[in-house]
Formats: sequence, structure tokens, C-alpha cells
Amino acid sequence: MDDVLSRQMYQENILEHYKKPQNFGHLAKPTHLYHSHNPLCGDDLTIEIAVVDGKVSDVRFSGVGCAISVASASMLTDEIKGKSVEAVMQMTKDDVLELLQIPIGPVRLKCALLSLETVQKAVGGGE
Amino acid sequence: MTMDNQQAHLLKSDFPILNTAYKGRKVVYLDSGATSQKPQVVIDAINQYYRLENANIHRGIYRLSETATRIWSEAHEVVARLIGAKAEEVIFTRNTTEALNLLSYTLLPLLQGRTEIVAGAMEHHANLVPWQQMAKRHGLTLKIIPMLADFTLDMTAAQQLIGSKTAIVAIGHVSNALGTIHDVHKLFAWAKALGALTVLDAAQSAPHLNLDVGKIGADFAALSAHKMLGPTGLGFLYGRRDLLEQMQPWQFGGDMIAEVSYDDAKWNELPMKFEAGTPHIAGAAGIVAAIGYLKSVGLEAIGAWEKELLKYAIAELGDVPGIKLYSAGEQRSAGILSFTLATVHPHDLASLLSDDEICVRAGHHCAMPLMGRLGVSATARASFYLYNTFEDVDMLKVGLIKAVELFG
Ligand SMILES: Cc1ncc(COP(=O)(O)O)c(C=O)c1O
Repeated sequence: MDDVLSRQMYQENILEHYKKPQNFGHLAKPTHLYHSHNPLCGDDLTIEIAVVDGKVSDVRFSGVGCAISVASASMLTDEIKGKSVEAVMQMTKDDVLELLQIPIGPVRLKCALLSLETVQKAVGGGE
Repeated sequence: MTMDNQQAHLLKSDFPILNTAYKGRKVVYLDSGATSQKPQVVIDAINQYYRLENANIHRGIYRLSETATRIWSEAHEVVARLIGAKAEEVIFTRNTTEALNLLSYTLLPLLQGRTEIVAGAMEHHANLVPWQQMAKRHGLTLKIIPMLADFTLDMTAAQQLIGSKTAIVAIGHVSNALGTIHDVHKLFAWAKALGALTVLDAAQSAPHLNLDVGKIGADFAALSAHKMLGPTGLGFLYGRRDLLEQMQPWQFGGDMIAEVSYDDAKWNELPMKFEAGTPHIAGAAGIVAAIGYLKSVGLEAIGAWEKELLKYAIAELGDVPGIKLYSAGEQRSAGILSFTLATVHPHDLASLLSDDEICVRAGHHCAMPLMGRLGVSATARASFYLYNTFEDVDMLKVGLIKAVELFG
């Protein structure tokens, strides 16, 4: 990743998701909720999920974050809607990177993956 | 002696890392608050130690060991002279953090039944968590001097907080997050008048001003070599001799003992009593060279130059669209400038600046409670040292404007 400029992370669609994130806010009745903290920068992220019949029926996120973490949360929350909890638990780093479609160096990987970690802790960790 | 932009450029050439181009660009280093770069003389001193002088200290009866031992004790004298102390009052540690932890594990018997520790709202975690945890261990109370809207400490509140129950007043001299220089003189005078112990976290001040622990009224002071042109892995704890003598060691092993049987041990003299195990001897060689270099430029001149840079930065960066500065102004600050942009998160900004080899820090600066107080999760921070120039600030400004434009 040494030769990749950070500039290349900030593609139009990333900035778009950052400025107008999908699924930002709260659910009236989440069945699952998890709050995460990025120790690197002090940012935080809360994921609220409503699971019906083993599937993600709705999801919201809130908190503060950098463009990478917000865009990733925005895209990921769109992606998991309608998915089974099992399928969500099987998602990996590569799935997130595929959604983002940008080169991410090791330092910022944490930002990109915070949303997946939080989603999986929410649905995997019971209430 | 005073410094100007031309001299800063000259000094920059003494620092190999600042003169090495990466993909055609030299580093614009604005993160000296985290750690300083090292001049060639320091690198040479460490190199020479390992090439020509390396041996363990204290018990070797041969030339090399005598040389190493001399380097080690000479370093104590040099550091002591720098801060107005005596050699036996300076304990070499790994860093500021270890120095402050040492205190938090050894001061209890000196508290005379007093139950309160007072620290400031802007403390680095290293001068907060050790006291917080000491308080938890021993049923003490940690009290925090609040911050005012102008990013200085509320001295009126401080005077009320420091009282007859106060055991320790522990203050960071210069805030690493915001750059504010605190009036430790006054705080420590109040503390001492009431019989409290005073602890100075000098990690951000010792590299930038003439520190005299006696004049300031510090019973203890902690500092790190790596923030003052020296190597990582070496720090210092100053303690008043009569107090250090009453304290028990917190780490045990070689060098810190005078006599050992299977049942008991007697402690060595100061400062060895608190220096268990083989220390960072090469670091000692490095810090002597670093202090020599700092003195040749003059700490007063260095501090004044950093204020120049801060003044310039406040004026220049002030008109970047959406910028917010968290600064008490150059009169009351050292060369540190914390800021946020309305549209670009500090983390994204630092990534973008890095494309142009501009190094700033983005995050909570190990002062998470302070960030909460400021109502942000993070800021970006530029911090200056003697090798920074007006052009470095100009480059930062260009970088900020580019980032703001990219985010639209
Ligand atoms: C004010 C202050 N105190 C303590 C520390 C901790 O220093 P070290 O990491 O060298 O122990 C720092 C370093 O950032 C600091 O700025």
C-alpha cells in the first residue's frame, strides 16, 4: 500500500456516503444494539438492528467518525438489510473492502472495519 | 540569543530525517509534541557508544565498563544541571509515563493521612490515570481543576480545590493537546503553603524552556528524552532528595541493592535505589549530546521561536474555511496548535496531509476527558520545534485548503 496516495481513498461515492449517509439515526425498537469505540481517534459508532425471523429487517447507525468509517457504515448497513444473521456473521474484511472499492492502507483499515465489527457484535452478542 | 527563520533552516540541516526526500518530497514534520527528531550529533553519540564504548555499568573492573559507567553518571549530572537539580535527585526511567507511575506506587507513605489528589482538566493520560488508579487503590479522591472557555485552567477554582486535605498536586506544565502553558508557579505555591506535595509533568515543557524545579516549586518532575532530541526508551524523574530518601523502591533487582541475603536486602544510594536492572546506557550517551545541542541553540531562543511560529500559524491558518482553533493564544501557549475543520475529520485530514509528507497528529492526544470537555472526538494538532520554519506552516496551510476543497 506504500505507493497508494490517501487522496485515492476519497472517491466521489465515499464522500457522497460521508456527507449523506444511508441509515443514519435510530430505530424505534431495535432488537440488537452495540456501541463501539475507535481507540485510535476517539470516534464512536452505535449500531441498532431489528432482527425478524432470523433476518435483518432494519438497521441504523449513529455516532461520529471519519469519512472512511462513516462511508463504510453507510454502505454496510445498506448491504446487510434482508440478510440472515448467519450471513452477516460470515462477512469478512474483504466484503467490506469490496463495498468500499478503494485502496486502504493498514493505518486506516481500523476505520473501514469498525462498522462490520460493531454489526457483528450487535447481532452476535444477543440483546 | 534569538532565533529566526534562517537559523531554523540551518538547524533543520542538522537533522538527517528532515533532509531525506521520499518520492521527491522532504518531510514537513509538525509532530514534535509526540516525539522530536534527532540531530546527527545524537545519532553519532549513540553510534559511538555501541561501536566503541559498550559494556554494562557499575561492576565491571575494566576500561570499557568504566567508560560506560562514566557515561551513565555524567548523564545524570547533565540532566540534573538542565533542570536545576543535583545528580542524585535524578532517576533515569523509561519515559515520563514510567516516572509518574513510579510516584503513584511509592508516594503513599508520604501523604500524612491526606486524602486528595488534584490534577488539571488537560492532563495527558500519563499524568491522570496513575493518580486515578492510586486513588482507587487507597480510597483517595482525585479532584480536577476545570478548564475555562479560553483554554486555560480555572485558577479561582484551583485555589478552592487545593486545601488542607490535598496530598498531591500533579500538573502538566504545558498541555500536549492544546499547548496551554499553566501557571504552575502559582499552583505549586498554594500547594506548598498547605503542605501538599507537588508533581510536575514536564514532558512538554522541558524540551522548550529553561526549567528550574526549585524555582517552580516542584517536589517531583517527570520528563522524556525522546521529546527533547534524545532517544526513545529514556526518561527522568526528579525528586527532592529528602523525599526520595523516605520512599521505598518499587522495582527490585540488580543495581538497586547495597546488600542482599536470602532473607533481606538493603537499598543502594540515590538514584540507584530506583534504577533496577540494566538501563538504557546508549540513551544516556544520546541525551548528553541532545542537551548539549539544545544548550548551544539556547532553550530560551527555542521557546521564543516556537511562539513566533505559533503566532504565524494562528494568523495564517485562521482564514482556512471552516477552521476552528483551540488555543489560548501565543502569549499563553507553547508551540502547539490544535484545530478542527468543519467539513474534514481530523483523521481524514492527517491522511491527506500525509500524501504531501506533512506529519500532523490527529486524535484525542491521550487526553480523552479533555476532548469530551471540548465537545469533539478528536482534533488535528501541529506542534513545532526548533527545526520548523514559516515555510512548514505555509505547506500545512496549502494542505488544509486542498483537503477542504476535496471534501467540498
Ligand atoms: C504532557 C505529557 N505527559 C506525558 C507524556 C508521556 O510521555 P511518554 O510517552 O514519553 O511517557 C506525554 C507524551 O505525549 C505528554 O505530552
